[in-house]
Amino acid sequence: MHPTYLRYELLRNVRNWRFILFSLAYPVVLYFVVTSPQRHATFDGVAFPLYFMAGMAAVGTMIAVISTGARISIDRSVGWTRQLRLTPLTSAEHLGARVVCGFLMALLVIVLVSLSGTALGVSLSAGAWLTMIGLMLVGLIPLTILGILLGHLVTPDSLAPAAGGTVMLLAVLGGAYGFLVAQSGAVFDVIKALPSYWLVQAGKTALAGGGWPAEAWIVIAVWTAVLIPLAAFVYRRDTSRV
Amino acid sequence: MTTHDTSGGAIVLSHLSKSYADVRAVRSVDLTIAPGETVALLGPNGAGKTTTIDMVLGLTRPDSGSVSLFGMSPTEAAAAGVVGGMLQTGSLVDYLSVRELVTMVASLYPRPLDVDDALALSGCSDFADRRTRKLSGGQAQRVRFAIALVADPDLLLLDEPTAALDVEARRDFWASMRAVAATGKTVVFATHYLEEADAFADRIVLLAHGSVVADGPPGEIKARVGGRTIRVTLPDADLDALRALPGVIGAERRGDAVILTCSEAETALRRLLAGFPSAADIEVRGAGLEEAFLALTAENN
Repeated sequence: MHPTYLRYELLRNVRNWRFILFSLAYPVVLYFVVTSPQRHATFDGVAFPLYFMAGMAAVGTMIAVISTGARISIDRSVGWTRQLRLTPLTSAEHLGARVVCGFLMALLVIVLVSLSGTALGVSLSAGAWLTMIGLMLVGLIPLTILGILLGHLVTPDSLAPAAGGTVMLLAVLGGAYGFLVAQSGAVFDVIKALPSYWLVQAGKTALAGGGWPAEAWIVIAVWTAVLIPLAAFVYRRDTSRV
Repeated sequence: MTTHDTSGGAIVLSHLSKSYADVRAVRSVDLTIAPGETVALLGPNGAGKTTTIDMVLGLTRPDSGSVSLFGMSPTEAAAAGVVGGMLQTGSLVDYLSVRELVTMVASLYPRPLDVDDALALSGCSDFADRRTRKLSGGQAQRVRFAIALVADPDLLLLDEPTAALDVEARRDFWASMRAVAATGKTVVFATHYLEEADAFADRIVLLAHGSVVADGPPGEIKARVGGRTIRVTLPDADLDALRALPGVIGAERRGDAVILTCSEAETALRRLLAGFPSAADIEVRGAGLEEAFLALTAENN
C-alpha cells in the first residue's frame, strides 16, 4: 500500500460529498420508510427491522464498493490511468487504494444503517454486530473486484446503468429488499450462489451466534477466485486511449 | 545518479510496427536516441507520432518490433521511475488542488523534484491552490507539464505539449523546457509546429505515414532539400502542367497565386517564364522547414 497515494485518493473521495450523501441517504431513508410501519413483523425467521437492516446494509455497502470501483471508468476517460501507468505505482497499489476507499465507505454505511436499526428497536449484542460487520466485509471482497472490473469495461456515460443495474439485480435476487423471489428449487439454488445473498444473510447469521455455513464461504471464495484474474486481465489490457 | 544501462541509448526502437484495423499507423520504425538528446518527432496529424510515443511508454503494445529504454522494457522503465510523460489525451483528476495532485504524483517516484520547484518551473505557482476542475485549458496543460517534470525523469516524452497554449504560454513553456534539457535529460517531443522543432530540438525525426522520412539536425534537414519556393500569381494555371516543369517538386494553389516547391529553382523559373507568359508577381524564397517537410514527404509518396 502506498500511503501518500492512498491519502490523496481518500481525499478525492471525501471531497465528493454528493457521492457520499447519496450513497448514505439511499439505504438509510429506505430503511426508515419501509421498516417504520412493520416494526413488529417477522421475515425469514427474524424480526423484520433486523432483516431489513441487514438488507439495507447489504445494498448500501454494495453501492459503496461497486461504484467506488466502477468510477475507475471516469479516471480512464480523462486519461488519468494511462498517466499513472507511467509512474512506479504498481497495479496492486493502485487497485488497493480503491479497495480501501470502497471498504471505508462501506463501513460508514454499516454504521449508519445499524444506528438506524437501533433507532427502530433492533438490538444486537456487540459480538453479533462485530460478526455481522466481519462477514459483510468478507462478502464484499468479490463485489469490490466486480466494481473494478466494471470500471474497466464501461464508459462514464454507461456507468450509472452498469453499476446501478448490477447493484439492483444483486440486491433484489439476494433478498436485500425484504423478499426472496424463490425460497426453494433451482432459482433458490441460483440465489444462494450469489455473494449478495450471503451479504444479506450476514446479519441473520450473526444473530444466531454462528458464522456462515460452509456454503457461503465457498460461494465467496469462488466468486473472488473467478473475478480476480478477470479484473487483472482487463486492467492489463486496458491501456488504450478512450 | 543514473544507475541504469545507458550504453544502448535512452531509446532504441527496432522494426517497430503497429496497425489499427486497416491503417498502418507505424511501419517498421528504427530509431536510436542517445541520452541527453533533445529530439522532435515532427509530422502531420496521422503520421504516427502519438502511436510511436504510446509504444515507447508501454501504453500500446507493438504488433512487431521492440522498444528499449535504457536497456529496459517500457514497463520496467516506468517501475524504475526513469520516465516522465505528458500525454496528448491526458487530463487531470478532480477533487484535488494543483499542488495536491503534483504532490501525489511526486510521492510515486523514487527521486522527485521539490513540488514547489516543479510548480515554479512549469509556471503553475500562481494557481497552485486552485482545484483542477477550475483551470483553463492552458493552465491544465501546464499542470500536466508539472506532473511530467516532478518525476525528475531521465527521459521525458511530451506529446504535442503546446497544443492548448497561446503564443506567450508557448514561449514560457519552451523556456522551461530549455532549462530542463540543459540538465542533461533526454527529451523527446511530438509536434506539428515546424518552428518549434526547428527552434528547440537538436535533432528532428520526420514522420510521415508511419515511417521515418528524414532524421537529422534541423539545418541538415533543410539542406537535404536545398530547394526554394516560387510564389507566382497565375489565376488559371493548370497545376499538373506546373508540377511537370523541370525542377518543380510540388505545386499548390493559394487563391490566385501558386506556390511551387522546387528542387532547382533557377531551372523552374526559366521554364515558368517561357511556358506561362501571364505569370506575375514572382517571388523566390529559400525553403523553410515547412517546405522541406512538404518536399521530403512528397519524395516518399
